[in-house]
Amino acid sequence: MKNRLLWPILALIALLLLNLVVTPSFFALRIQDGHLYGGLVDVLKNGAPTLLIAIGMTLVIATRGIDLSVGAVAAIAAAVTCVHIGTSPDVGTALAGMAIALVLCAVLGLWNGFLVAGLGIQPIIATLVLMTAGRGIAMLVTEGQIITVNNDAYRQVGAGFVVLPVSILISLAVLGLVALTTRKTALGMLIEAVGVNPEASRLAGVRSRTIIWTVYVFAAVCAGIAGLMISSNVSAADANSNGLWIEMDAILAVVIGGTSLAGGRYSLTGTLLGSLIIQTLTTTVYTIGVAAEVTLVFKAVVVITVCLIQSPKARAALSFRKVAVS
Amino acid sequence: MLKKITTAASVIALCALTACGSGSGGAGNNGTNASGDTITMGFAQVGAESGWRTANTKSIQDEAKAAGIDLKFSDAQQKQENQIKAIRSYIQQKVKVIAFSPVVETGWDTVLLEAKRANIPVILTDRAIDSDDKSLYKTFLGSDFVEEGKKAGDWLVQNASGPTNVVELQGTTGAAPAIDRKKGFEEKIAAKPDIKIVASQTGDFTRSGGKQVMEAFLKSQPKIDVVYAHNDDMGLGAIEAIKAAGKVPGKDIKIITVDAVKDGMTALANGEINYIVECNPLLGKQLMELAKKVVKGEEVPPRVVTVEGTFTQEQAKAALPQRQY
Repeated sequence: MKNRLLWPILALIALLLLNLVVTPSFFALRIQDGHLYGGLVDVLKNGAPTLLIAIGMTLVIATRGIDLSVGAVAAIAAAVTCVHIGTSPDVGTALAGMAIALVLCAVLGLWNGFLVAGLGIQPIIATLVLMTAGRGIAMLVTEGQIITVNNDAYRQVGAGFVVLPVSILISLAVLGLVALTTRKTALGMLIEAVGVNPEASRLAGVRSRTIIWTVYVFAAVCAGIAGLMISSNVSAADANSNGLWIEMDAILAVVIGGTSLAGGRYSLTGTLLGSLIIQTLTTTVYTIGVAAEVTLVFKAVVVITVCLIQSPKARAALSFRKVAVS
Repeated sequence: MLKKITTAASVIALCALTACGSGSGGAGNNGTNASGDTITMGFAQVGAESGWRTANTKSIQDEAKAAGIDLKFSDAQQKQENQIKAIRSYIQQKVKVIAFSPVVETGWDTVLLEAKRANIPVILTDRAIDSDDKSLYKTFLGSDFVEEGKKAGDWLVQNASGPTNVVELQGTTGAAPAIDRKKGFEEKIAAKPDIKIVASQTGDFTRSGGKQVMEAFLKSQPKIDVVYAHNDDMGLGAIEAIKAAGKVPGKDIKIITVDAVKDGMTALANGEINYIVECNPLLGKQLMELAKKVVKGEEVPPRVVTVEGTFTQEQAKAALPQRQY
């Protein structure tokens, strides 16, 4: 377990060191308007939505599933909340809007769970339905417009601070809660059992269907909260771009963290590290001034390197070559 | 089983054939009707992806009504195949003129050749196509993105004093507006060596993108005087980032953007943006004038630029109440 996390940790440290060398001010922290301000704080704040979605995704992947619809669900949550808030500056309206959005997300999660656990459709196909249709729903809710709101209570979710950004505090709280409920009870083991062999675990008395259903609902609610963070950060809902491709970032975070897409064993700490690596990578691109045209290539090279050093086979091949050369 | 499939296929094919037959017959009647006074125009829109696009659609629909043109409108939902289907159906219906905003630049030759053979003139709006055969369309009506970049650069050259560090928030990498707005801007500021672009990165035309990139710039760049954003939304994101850094947008850091959508104009009127170059979606009127000319067979210039202005903070305050989008 410890060993599996070694490489992601090293990758993260390497990225941070790169920043330190190129822009020494990257690690500078100061207090600005009563909260921390600096490059590392940005990484935490902007990485919070990805982390939250990746936590939900970890559990889904542990059951041998995958949820492609999280980005669209995030867009729906953002759209519904902002349309509900409209021009109102009230705290109550903001809370009500967020509550409605999250209940709706839970229903969307039930739908995913129904397709996967109820009808037995392949998760990648089942959630693809909502991935495409969901963005359409979000567009319908916003009528294709960017909905700008001016509500201080809502702004707190994604742009607010309690010393640290509120968004990362929410994500870490959810992470802690999931770690407690899955690791201190048998739930985690049951989820892994379903992922290793759904049929065998069902025969052993595990309620596979209920568990699968639960993880999809949980993933959708996580996606909903992440959508609120993303839109609250800029006080606007944009059905086209909110949460676009975030499902890929979340899956990548889970995989970098050492959880296998084949299901079974999962690592929440790994997911945390994976999300941090992805966000640090994005921020690094901006701070060290990689040209826009080569940004994607730069990211791809880093991701491939991280994945390669994690693979025991690739490591063995590399060290063998070293021996052969010397 | 195989037999069943072939039977089914032939039935479908037959149906399709008869449908085609009756379709073109009906369109033929339409054609004769239209040969009187009214012009029928087929318009294939990209989709409804932004406030800009919605305003664009509304302008075309309203101006068609005002000009007495019978408009057949279709929404391609950002898919080229939908647009090609729409254009083919317009050809079948024998409309007098086809206009469309191409989703992508390439892959139009076949369908436009069909329109040409049917003697239906084509007008491109808002976006160009990439084709060697310039005879496929009569004219291209749309914004000149390079010109927009130049206008932004001009304002900065006139208003900058002393060494000025600019950070640029680019649009989606590879998109024509991003490439051209960058080019035009750079061309103009080259006149003043004091003005330097110290960092440039893509914010994907979105608010979140603009905010995230600006946050990073504020940490990595010791001195930023001006933000040049390729659209209003990224500029609005940058405003949030500047505020979070404890600086005043519009004063400590000046902001120039392109587009002039309502949210951007509001920020301009509030003094948080300093200058906006307009990218005008209201090209309906110009389009209808061009359509009438090409239907009559009159010569039209191959490139028509939409009428576009610029806004300072005072002009924004005056223009905001009548702003349609």
